[in-house]
Amino acid sequence: MSTLTPAAPQSIPQASPGSMRARRGKSRMDPTRNNTAAGLAAWLLALLFASPVVWMILTSFHSETDAATNPPSVAATLTLDAYREFFGETSGVSPWPSLINSATSSILSTALVLVLAIPAAYALSIRPVKKWTDVMFFFLSTKMMPVVAAILPLYLFARTVGALDNIWFLILMYTSMNLPIAVWMMRSFLAEVPEEMLEAAQIDGANLLLILRKVIAPVAMPGIAATALICFIFSWNELLLARVLTGVVAGTAPVFLTGFVSGQGLFLAKVCAAAVVISLPVLFAGFAAQDKLVQGLSLGAVK
Amino acid sequence: MTTATARISRPGHTAAKPARTAKSRERALAWARRAPLLPALLFLIVVTQLPFVVTLIISFLNWNSLSPTKTAFAGLENYVTVLTDPDLRQAIVTTIVLTVSVVLASLLIGLGLALLLDKKFIGRGLARTLLIAPFLVVPVAAALIWKHALLNPAYGLVNGILTWIWSLFGSSTPPQLDLLSQAPLAAVVVSLVWQWTPFMMLILLAGLQSRPMDTVEAAQMDGATPWAIFRHLTLPHLRQYLELGGLLGAIYIVQNFDSVFTLTAGGLGTANLPYAIYQTFYYANEYGLASAAGVVVVIGTIVVATFALRTVFSLFKKEAAR
Repeated sequence: MSTLTPAAPQSIPQASPGSMRARRGKSRMDPTRNNTAAGLAAWLLALLFASPVVWMILTSFHSETDAATNPPSVAATLTLDAYREFFGETSGVSPWPSLINSATSSILSTALVLVLAIPAAYALSIRPVKKWTDVMFFFLSTKMMPVVAAILPLYLFARTVGALDNIWFLILMYTSMNLPIAVWMMRSFLAEVPEEMLEAAQIDGANLLLILRKVIAPVAMPGIAATALICFIFSWNELLLARVLTGVVAGTAPVFLTGFVSGQGLFLAKVCAAAVVISLPVLFAGFAAQDKLVQGLSLGAVK
Repeated sequence: MTTATARISRPGHTAAKPARTAKSRERALAWARRAPLLPALLFLIVVTQLPFVVTLIISFLNWNSLSPTKTAFAGLENYVTVLTDPDLRQAIVTTIVLTVSVVLASLLIGLGLALLLDKKFIGRGLARTLLIAPFLVVPVAAALIWKHALLNPAYGLVNGILTWIWSLFGSSTPPQLDLLSQAPLAAVVVSLVWQWTPFMMLILLAGLQSRPMDTVEAAQMDGATPWAIFRHLTLPHLRQYLELGGLLGAIYIVQNFDSVFTLTAGGLGTANLPYAIYQTFYYANEYGLASAAGVVVVIGTIVVATFALRTVFSLFKKEAAR
């Protein structure tokens, strides 16, 4: 549970010996009772917010009849039937092609984003071009254009050149979708490389490759990894582009999921199992990036 | 491109006459600096800017792919339709209502949660992890769960809990909600607030923890009440974080498609502009009209984005100045 550590350092200022004055001040307001109440409230709200996720996981292990009861059957026997159903035991429709499409498009587009964004971020932070702030805001402004405003020409183009239902076209779309935010995140992480270290390395006559490997990479690596994970999540989640640009061959997992509910008979446990399976990669990626999630999502504006 | 290079070479160097080689060397150096930037820049211009120019052109055409022979220049006709057609006007209103209510509600709840998480208590890290979970469920999956597992009127968890609580008091006639058909937009709002509150909470928590503690401690020493400290110290400090969270959230929620598509399929007045545009070109094949609506969304986003850019820029300048 190393992911839980980020909360720890932030609590240090309150407990450090330098804040004796504060401690005395707080004792007047009875901090223990105060914090117990706050902790209780926080825990109640945390459980409330997590309950749909917990319910989703629990229901996915119930049988269809136990899943659809009112009041809910919390203690019903657990079974893997819903997962077997999701993987097509009776219907014969396997979700694997769509899951593989999602993995392919998310991983390859993320790789492409890194290839384009790392040099760009380098030219915006470590050896910045002139007017680099203007370039940054150009990148950001492209992200602010809603996908719907460009999707029709992209669709028409894909149809004309025969790229509809082609995973490579989707990969290019996801790359453009994530590139601006990746440049912003990456710039903020590369800007953390101390200038003195760069100068010292240059004076010592280190070449660019050596500086990249020995000076920049160690400082920026966690940030680059977090950027990659966030880009992966955004691509994996995407629905609109995938729905319009893909079909039976290149359809991704979210597209599969929208066509999954037939409305016939009982399907609740199956839907929950599907939601769990499809969300697992995002949950893992998100918790892996937890330390840098805020900095990434706020485009580096918040540390 | 030559003008750009000329502008970048420093005026001081152009004065000297033998500076010809120095100047070209400097130019080469400037291009060497720019080179790593160019692939990303060119890629983005081709994939995002060009299509938008095409959208702009199509928006002035009368183009329905089902009757391709009637394609003609339409002037502002499509824009008039966007602003007068009752369905599309409803979509504009829905987009605004949806965005404003989701952003405000998730900001407020996120602020409350951030204030609680800023205190020390047992299992704080775990509580924080649990609170992030909603943000890490695939949006389509989250919408399906809300639709079928939580809000379903017959066997959803919400009504199930109501039945259970009422049965504890011996009642067999519990109140049962049917949010999806009685207040579908509220259902969309609730599910989106659930997903976006963690995002706001994370940004505000980071803001709280960057607050200079010495002034807070001094205020406490002077006997300031917690409310006074919150009102006069914490809130002013959080202002730019509130703005940042709200504006980044707004940019994403304006574009929301997944929830509307999955929860209500745009029925009963829940179709927002992205969904309406999708239907206009994907099912109705009205390319000109869909493009005009797309341009309207962009104009709306630019208005929000101008404020967003200003906020991001003020935080950014502070960081760049360090």
